[in-house]
Amino acid sequence: MMEFAYYPGCSLEHTASPYDKSIRAVFKALGIGLHEIEDWNCCGATMYMSVKKIVGYAISARNLALAQNMGMQICAPCSSCYTILRKTNRHIAWDPRERAKINEALKAADLSYDTLVEIRHPLDILVNDLGLSAVAAKVSNPLRGLRVAPYYGCQIVRPHGGFDDVDDPVHMDELFQCLGAEVVPYPCKVRCCGGMLMTTQDEIALALNLKLLEAATDNGAQVIATACPLCQMNLEAYQQKINKAFGSSFRMPVVYFSHLVGLALGLEPRELGLDKLMIPLDLQPALASEGRP
Amino acid sequence: MANRVLTFPKEEAELRSAFWDQVSSFPEGHKIKLCLQCGTCTGTCPISYAMDITPRQIIALFRAGLVEQILESRTIWLCASCYSCTVRCPVGIRITDTLYSLKRIAMEKGIYPRQFPVHTLSRLFVNNVYRYGRNFELGLGLKYLLSTNPLKLFSNVGYAFSMISRGRLGLIPRRLKRVKQIRAIITRANQFGEGQ
Repeated sequence: MMEFAYYPGCSLEHTASPYDKSIRAVFKALGIGLHEIEDWNCCGATMYMSVKKIVGYAISARNLALAQNMGMQICAPCSSCYTILRKTNRHIAWDPRERAKINEALKAADLSYDTLVEIRHPLDILVNDLGLSAVAAKVSNPLRGLRVAPYYGCQIVRPHGGFDDVDDPVHMDELFQCLGAEVVPYPCKVRCCGGMLMTTQDEIALALNLKLLEAATDNGAQVIATACPLCQMNLEAYQQKINKAFGSSFRMPVVYFSHLVGLALGLEPRELGLDKLMIPLDLQPALASEGRP
Repeated sequence: MANRVLTFPKEEAELRSAFWDQVSSFPEGHKIKLCLQCGTCTGTCPISYAMDITPRQIIALFRAGLVEQILESRTIWLCASCYSCTVRCPVGIRITDTLYSLKRIAMEKGIYPRQFPVHTLSRLFVNNVYRYGRNFELGLGLKYLLSTNPLKLFSNVGYAFSMISRGRLGLIPRRLKRVKQIRAIITRANQFGEGQ
C-alpha cells in the first residue's frame, strides 16, 4: 500500500476545506494512505519567503524535518505549499552554507533535516504512481457528457513543478478523460488568477479572473476544475464580485480536481465537501445532455 | 582617484551592494548579468500592464544605477508570483526570485512606493505565523484592510459572510501545540540578519 506524509497547509483548514475533504476521501477510496504530519506549521508561503529568506526556509523546513522522521514522501495538495516546500529542498541542496543556517535554526526546536524528502502533488501521485488504468478500474459513475475546463494555475507547474509541462500540462486532462468527462480546450490553463492581488489590488485580480471565466465559457465548459486554493477562491468566491464589476452573469462552478475523481468513484457530494461550494455543481443536467448536438 | 563614470552616490552604492548580496544568495541568481533586454519577461507577465515599471525595465534601471527608483515603484509589490517570466526567460534569469530580493532590500531599508501599502500584508503575515504557527486567514485579511483601506471592508462583507456560513473562514485562530518551537526557529534564524 502506498503511504504518504500528508501536509494539508493552512488554506486546506478553512478556505479550501472542500479540497482537504475530497483529497482524504479520494485517497482512502483508492487505497492510498495519508498520515497527517503532526502539528505541522505554515510553510511560510511566498509572503514569508519573499521578505525573509532564511527564516522562511527554516520554518518551511520544520515540516520537512517532521516528515523525514516519518520516513515517507510528502503529499502537498496546495499549489503554494507544494512550490514553497520544493523550493526549500532546492535551496538546501544548492548550498551547504545555507543548509547549515537552516539546520542551525531547526536546532532551536531539537530538529535537523538531513535527508531530503520528496514533495509530491496528489495529481502526480494519482496519475503517475497509481496510474490512470487503476483509477479507471474504480470508476463506477462515469462523468460522461460533463465538459470540464482543466485549470492548472501557476505553482504546480512553475517554476519547477517537476511532473508536468510548464506551458501545456496534461495530467488533469488525462485524468478527467479517464473519468469519462469531456475536456474542453482551455488556452488559459496556466494563466495566473492574480493570487493575493484579490486582497491587495482587487481591480487587477478581478480582470484576470474575468478572462479565465470567459475562456471557459467560450469553450463550452460546464465546470472549471483546479488544483489550487487561491485559484478556486478567486474564481468561485469572488465570481459575484466579478459579475458586479464587469456586468457579466457567470454562474460557473469551480471545483477541485479531486471532486471530479470522487464523484466518478461514486462518493457522496457531502463526503467530498461539495456542499461547501458557493456555486453548486449539478451533475444531472450535464450528464443528461449527453448525446445532444 | 576613482573613475567618475563608475562611481555611484553613497546610498546607491549601498543599495547596489545589498542587491548583489541578495542575488548571490539563491540558486542561479547571478544569471541576471546575462539579461538581453529582450522583454520576454514583460510580455509574458499577466500584470505588467498595471505596473509603473516593467520587469525588463527593473533590470535596465539597476544597470543604470537607479535602485532607489526601483524600490519606489509598485512593481515588486504587484508581482503575483506566477513565475511565467522565470520559466520563459531565454537566458534563465530567476526574475521572480530577483523581485523577492528587491522586496527584502525594500523592507530592510524601509523604502516603499508612496501611497501603496501592500508591503503591510507581508509584515502582518510574518507576525501571524509567529503568533499562531499557521496563517489565520480571516485575521490577516481584516487587519490588512483595517490598516490600509478600511472602506474596502464593506465591499468584502458579502464574501466574508458566505465563506463563514459555509465554514470556509475560521473565526478562531488555531494555534500549533508546539508554537514555541516555531518561535524558537524564527528567533534563531533571524540572527542571520534581516532579509537573509
